[in-house]
Amino acid sequence: MDIHEYQAKKILSNFGVTIPRGGIVYSPENAENKAREIGGSRWVVKAQIHSGARGKAGGIIVCNTPLEVAQATDKLLGKKLVTNQTGPEGKIVNRIYIEEATDIEKELYLGLVFDRSSESIMVVASTEGGMSVEEISKEKPETIIRSKIEVAVGMQNFQARELAFGLGIEPELIRRASDTIIGCYKAFSELDATMVEVNPLVISKQKQILALDCKMSFDNNAMFRRSQVSELRDKTQEDSKEIFASDRGLNYVSLDGNIGNIINGAGLAMASMDMIKLAGGTPANFLDVGGGATPEKIVKAFKLVTMDEKVKVILVNIFAGINRCDWVAEGIVDALKKIEIKVPLVIRLAGTNVEKGNKILKESKINYIEANTLEDAANKAVAALNK
Amino acid sequence: MTVLVDQNSKIIIQGFTGKMGSFHADEMIKYGSNVVGGVTPGKGGSTHLNLPVFNTVKDAVNETGADASILFVPPAFAADSAMEAADAGIKICVAIVDGIPSHDMIRIKRYMRRYTKSSKMTLVGPNCAGIISPGKSMLGIMPGHIYKEGRVGIISRSGTLGYEAAQQLKNLNIGVSTSVGIGGDPINGSSFRDIIEKFETDDETDAILMIGEIGGPQEVAAGEFAKENMKKPVIAYIAGLTAPKGRVMGHAGAIVSAYGESAIEKVEILKECGITISKNPSVMGDTVKSVLEKM
Repeated sequence: MDIHEYQAKKILSNFGVTIPRGGIVYSPENAENKAREIGGSRWVVKAQIHSGARGKAGGIIVCNTPLEVAQATDKLLGKKLVTNQTGPEGKIVNRIYIEEATDIEKELYLGLVFDRSSESIMVVASTEGGMSVEEISKEKPETIIRSKIEVAVGMQNFQARELAFGLGIEPELIRRASDTIIGCYKAFSELDATMVEVNPLVISKQKQILALDCKMSFDNNAMFRRSQVSELRDKTQEDSKEIFASDRGLNYVSLDGNIGNIINGAGLAMASMDMIKLAGGTPANFLDVGGGATPEKIVKAFKLVTMDEKVKVILVNIFAGINRCDWVAEGIVDALKKIEIKVPLVIRLAGTNVEKGNKILKESKINYIEANTLEDAANKAVAALNK
Repeated sequence: MTVLVDQNSKIIIQGFTGKMGSFHADEMIKYGSNVVGGVTPGKGGSTHLNLPVFNTVKDAVNETGADASILFVPPAFAADSAMEAADAGIKICVAIVDGIPSHDMIRIKRYMRRYTKSSKMTLVGPNCAGIISPGKSMLGIMPGHIYKEGRVGIISRSGTLGYEAAQQLKNLNIGVSTSVGIGGDPINGSSFRDIIEKFETDDETDAILMIGEIGGPQEVAAGEFAKENMKKPVIAYIAGLTAPKGRVMGHAGAIVSAYGESAIEKVEILKECGITISKNPSVMGDTVKSVLEKM
């Protein structure tokens, strides 16, 4: 789960990280007042969307008067911002963060992620803040320093100090810098985060160490014990079909193609998408209804896939185990009584009681194309598209 | 011999009296697995499915001599149950449950460092289908009848894609020594490399089919291990050629976030390690067959 910049900043400040003064607003009037309240003579108006690279997309505006702050807020609110991470449809701006402008002396990069090889938390830092970590690893890999943290004992002061010295931070600021790094580590480990990124972490002309932009992501599996975090979810930043799916226990990812998929199991779903591609088609979605493929889930899956207007063919691929094919077939027949399908439907069943399952499908009055193997299913779906 | 479980494995079910635990315990018993009891804290002393129920794993081990366990407990309690099994002297534990927080998985693995190699429990999963040694024992939730007895080892992240492979092999009259589902989570109990190593020393396995997917370093680590240390042939299929970068594809671990984690990159690296690649998921069986014919 992702959260907004202002929410991440609030969390990090609770862990001792210094952030510039600022506040969230929902209207231009609000914004003007907030600017006066913050004080100073320059402000930054920042569109709050779940994406990086907002600056290049026009989502961050520097202003010199409270009136300009109001105008910039007016310009951004309600707008869809398209960045290189949002996809062509962009993300809607419903919240604006107003922040005092910072006199930047130096921009640094600080990121924390799980390292899947060593199964520990990896802290990554670089002197090249402001660039994305991908750009840094491509263009200035020599500036990247890493520190692997043993989670059983947590991050030690010396590890944070080593990173701070490695970043070339002057001696009188080392203590502040290492407190900042440890604060980020604590936020990561105590709140079940999967990613914390402060980019840039800046040293201001006034010799403050400030988190100027922050991103945090959290482990969905741990949200049951992190209610303060889970209530920060902003559904306006998510694809409406993906919300429909996640609320119903389906794993769904919206894609660009036109062959809709209903599959049980994440691996089989990815494999089926690969087969569609090899057959010359493109998948409209990834959809895993769960290994069990219960009739209820299948009804919901048909609803979801038919919501997508791009879909011109639907491919159902179920490998039934303990849930037998006859049971799955009854679920499909039942779903099709409730939902009208206007596009060709290809169904491949495999596994336990496959003959019985296919018999039930055939004897029902549903209009579908039967397929026997993964390859056959993908070929028939692509052929149905071209008819 | 087979890998991890055989007809001598004495199995207990953790979360025995729950709906999932009861259902799958019954399926395992029907398959012929030697299930000796189960654990549900607070229900010790009763019987369930004609088998004894214990309050703690230690009690179950002391009374029944159990050496294998399977977890059907909710995600919030799974880490605790796995550590309890490790401490009670269980040798192999399968965690079926989907949804264990990653921080908990790291905690389990750190906890297990206190044991010496010979006394350390092997944890398989979470978010997996479990283990089956066809004809001998099933410590999992798979449909047992699609696995023919034989000499090919299977390791798969995905449950249903593993079934697909077993079915393709069976259709070609090729059997399986053991199939191990290692699960789709980013941090898991046993990696491809851990299991591939066990198959290399298993005298009932001739070749290994490894079914991986996008995300994480484990497929590549297994490939590098195979290149340096293995004599048996390894065949691999990697799912997710069409998966977009940066998105989680169902399995929490199926996300491309670094170089070497996309399907294409993994395939290239595995080829360099001398592993035979199944070009697509519908020829996994055929690819294994052609490798076996060359042996």
